Amino acid sequence: MNTTALYNAHIKAGAKMVDFFGWDMPINYGSQIEEHNAVRQDAGMFDVSHMTIVDVEGSQAKDYLRYLLANDVNKLQQKGKALYSGMLNEEGGVVDDLIVYHFESTNYRLVVNSATKEKDLNWLNKIATGFDVSITERDEFAMIAVQGPNAQAKAQSLFSAAQKEAVEGMKPFFGVQAEDLFIATTGYTGEAGYEIMVPVARAEEFWDQLLASGVVPCGLGARDTLRLEAGMNLYGQDMNETVSPLEANMAWTVTWEPAERDFVGRKALEAQKAAGHQKLVGLVMTEKGVLRAGLKVIATGGEGIITSGTFSPTLGHSVAMARVPADTDIGSTVEVEMRKKLVTVRVVKPSFVRNGKSVL
Amino acid sequence: MSNIPTELRYASTHEWVRSEGDGVFTVGISEHAQDLLGDMVFVDLPDVGDAVTTGDDCAVAESVKAASDIYAPITGEVVEVNEQLEDSPELVNSDAFGDGWMFKVKAEDPDEVEGLLDAEAYAASIADE
Repeated sequence: MNTTALYNAHIKAGAKMVDFFGWDMPINYGSQIEEHNAVRQDAGMFDVSHMTIVDVEGSQAKDYLRYLLANDVNKLQQKGKALYSGMLNEEGGVVDDLIVYHFESTNYRLVVNSATKEKDLNWLNKIATGFDVSITERDEFAMIAVQGPNAQAKAQSLFSAAQKEAVEGMKPFFGVQAEDLFIATTGYTGEAGYEIMVPVARAEEFWDQLLASGVVPCGLGARDTLRLEAGMNLYGQDMNETVSPLEANMAWTVTWEPAERDFVGRKALEAQKAAGHQKLVGLVMTEKGVLRAGLKVIATGGEGIITSGTFSPTLGHSVAMARVPADTDIGSTVEVEMRKKLVTVRVVKPSFVRNGKSVL
Repeated sequence: MSNIPTELRYASTHEWVRSEGDGVFTVGISEHAQDLLGDMVFVDLPDVGDAVTTGDDCAVAESVKAASDIYAPITGEVVEVNEQLEDSPELVNSDAFGDGWMFKVKAEDPDEVEGLLDAEAYAASIADE
């Protein structure tokens, strides 16, 4: 099994390790809920070194990405600005979701999922045919996400003077290379924080220093409940190659204008938009029990399915994301079949918690 | 290896049973079971007065990870439930063999408990998993 540069740090911290798509990763270090709360209330850190970092460089890097991605990198005018996008297949299904950082029109960095690494690299190379670009995986970096209301202050205590200056006043969704660290104001929790790429050789030392400054190690369990509360999709669960961004609450990541810009999947998306399609909504259940992925949803317009569901530690009850018929209104109720009975739940926009607070 | 108190009896489905005298037995789930389930978020208990038969699903332990049925390890009547679990389900995680107990059964036949696993046999059964 693959291990990250922080494997020893996890074992030292008493992690329970699990096989995450071929990576030996921490699911928790004792209590998933305490880790979750640490991120909502203070500061937590996640080893996300298993994610794949890919640099795209060359005279046609911008043209290539404008064709590869449903979102438009032409929106990125400031150095270091990041963009979230799906990369689609010809049928409009999501091959993967990713973050792209813009340095120059000839130089970008992508961060893609680990579970889909090989498929993604094949896809990136396939679409690159005919473009003057080079695609280079950067596996010499580990990556640590430090998240929570106090995360930036605690992480900054480890930064050099130059690194502090580089992140001074940095807005959300930017990244900057500062000496040996690439520091980005991105994350997957609905809290402020950084995602930091650190050279493999320095990763464990950096993790230990974060630990010493009071940042709580958090596993994949808390990462999942945090992202779900924040209404963020998980690839493979809330969308996949057979689901379009329009059906996955990612319509905001599809840039239709200018109409002349062709991107992979555009025609299929246009046809789907005209024909109508299912949509991803949030579900809230305030009674006992936990909504779980795979449960059937019964709406007035037909059946749907829960794609992700969990107990929300912040709200104290269950929340879920579900793919349902197009005419299922926000604010209405639907029924979920759970443990042999039908339970009535509320339909909401798929976002539940931001910056430590309920948005319901 | 998980903590497995020797004075208790166990079902292969991870419930533990403690004799309280007068044919009354306290039931909970083992340290090993709570560790498998992870953080507990709800515990759905039977009602006092319910008649339960060995092997019946009579409670549900719901963790962040999964909902798991709890089976009656012994036949009898439920005489008390741990109401603290309503507000503090995490007691099942923090003290599986103590404050995290779930319900008490007045056994129809107190000798039935002799048919359950002892600590050694339970340890062997989870080692095989």
